[in-house]
Amino acid sequence: MTPDDILKGLYDETLVGNAPAVLDLTHQALAMDMMPGDLLFEALIPALEEVGARFERGDFFVPEMLIAGRAMAGSMEVLRPLLADTGVQTIGRFLMGTVKGDVHDIGKNLVNIMLEGAGFEVIDLGVQVAPEKFVAAIEEHQPDIVGFSAFLTTTMPMFKANMNALEKAGLRESVIVMVGGAPVTQEYADAVGADGYASDASATVKRAKALLHERRARVSA
Amino acid sequence: MTAPLRHTVLRSATKEVVLGADRPFCVIGERINPTGRPVLQAALREGDLSIIAKDVASQVAGGADVLDINMGVPLTDEAELLVKAITMVQGLTDLPICIDSSVVEALEAGLAAYQGRALVNSVTAEDDRLAAILPLVKKYDAAVVALPNDEDEIPMEAEKRLVLTEKIVRVATEEYGIAIEDIVIDPLAMPIGADSTVGRETLATIRGIRERWGLNTTCGASNVSFGMPHRHAINAAWLPLAMSAGMTSAIMDARTPQVVDAVRAADLLLGNDEWGMSWIAAHRARQAAEAAAGGP
Repeated sequence: MTPDDILKGLYDETLVGNAPAVLDLTHQALAMDMMPGDLLFEALIPALEEVGARFERGDFFVPEMLIAGRAMAGSMEVLRPLLADTGVQTIGRFLMGTVKGDVHDIGKNLVNIMLEGAGFEVIDLGVQVAPEKFVAAIEEHQPDIVGFSAFLTTTMPMFKANMNALEKAGLRESVIVMVGGAPVTQEYADAVGADGYASDASATVKRAKALLHERRARVSA
Repeated sequence: MTAPLRHTVLRSATKEVVLGADRPFCVIGERINPTGRPVLQAALREGDLSIIAKDVASQVAGGADVLDINMGVPLTDEAELLVKAITMVQGLTDLPICIDSSVVEALEAGLAAYQGRALVNSVTAEDDRLAAILPLVKKYDAAVVALPNDEDEIPMEAEKRLVLTEKIVRVATEEYGIAIEDIVIDPLAMPIGADSTVGRETLATIRGIRERWGLNTTCGASNVSFGMPHRHAINAAWLPLAMSAGMTSAIMDARTPQVVDAVRAADLLLGNDEWGMSWIAAHRARQAAEAAAGGP
């Protein structure tokens, strides 16, 4: 197989969520001395972008998104240390968690897949994440964006508690805050002072990229 | 050793509905809920409840036995809205109501305003939720939907869900004096699109609840098909499967004939519609409606 065949195979097999084939092709590519960054940016990310586009059009469904994400994750486990060694940068670091009092994670996990698929490094703190845990993780990982997820009207107020904790720790300006979850609206996101809201996984990726772009433009200006 | 079947009695001021495995399935109409409905949210925020009247009419016309009312609009006084909605709906229909809120103050206000014997939706196996909600259920002589998840997780295995159900039953009956038949368990029907084992585990949970305690059960019927195409067909297959395992009610959209018909056919096939009288009556009503619509 030529490197182009490998890239095409990686793209096609990721798109249909064939994890064993994706892993196999990843190993083949590395044995041929292909660059880990090329596999990521020329096959895996475009494949997940296509998954997102199809999902948004209603041509792809949740299980297909999950298996494509799983296929990519298998490859990334192999590639991640190599990417770090070769100095390849992710497009940004996204810290994610379901707020305290809430144990729902299906929506959050879909968002994680699409973020990773877009080239973000995602650090998932899981469910029931207390404000102080978000603060500690922001200090430790220095993410570009932190995402708060809530599935219940009773746990949404934790957004505000998290924001207050960030303010108190002097971290509010250092990180972009996004919120989401079934009952969350743009209005609610505005009311708690979040920087961004999105209603689904694809929209989250777009919004995250846009917010990151704005922030970087502002910092460099 | 199988537990006796329990009957959960719900009432409005004038009408009684009984949940039980030897009764027709209880369709809890779910549409009176602003979640994911920006137009309704905006109207409710302005204090305009007129859309609700249409939702009530369509759920009743579709064959709902009970109506679920949720007024969870962010940044509003949910208690006040819920009281208004309950009062309004009780003026429009005699169906009993399932008061749906995770806000304790709203539940209390709703229960105080409600005429009859309500179903409270819902409590979990979390200690603080049990302590906050069960006294209200007792005080207002209501029934309660309980979800077997706790502060740590939504367990995916049936056995863990049964352990939490055991806790809920113990705390409700022993600590708060709630009658066991007034506990309705939601066995947590999760999306099948996210995990292919959830259908099996939920059916095992329903069977376990039926065998060990004989309790009534309910679920959000459309949850199972989240993220999948052709959702009504999945819901219409799910409910008869769940009924066969012992499920006795569901919170569902009564406007979808495909799903309501599946439930009523399952009632007939499970022996809960004697001589098919309800099935035949529904057929005649449909014929009459068609004749009236297409007549001269």
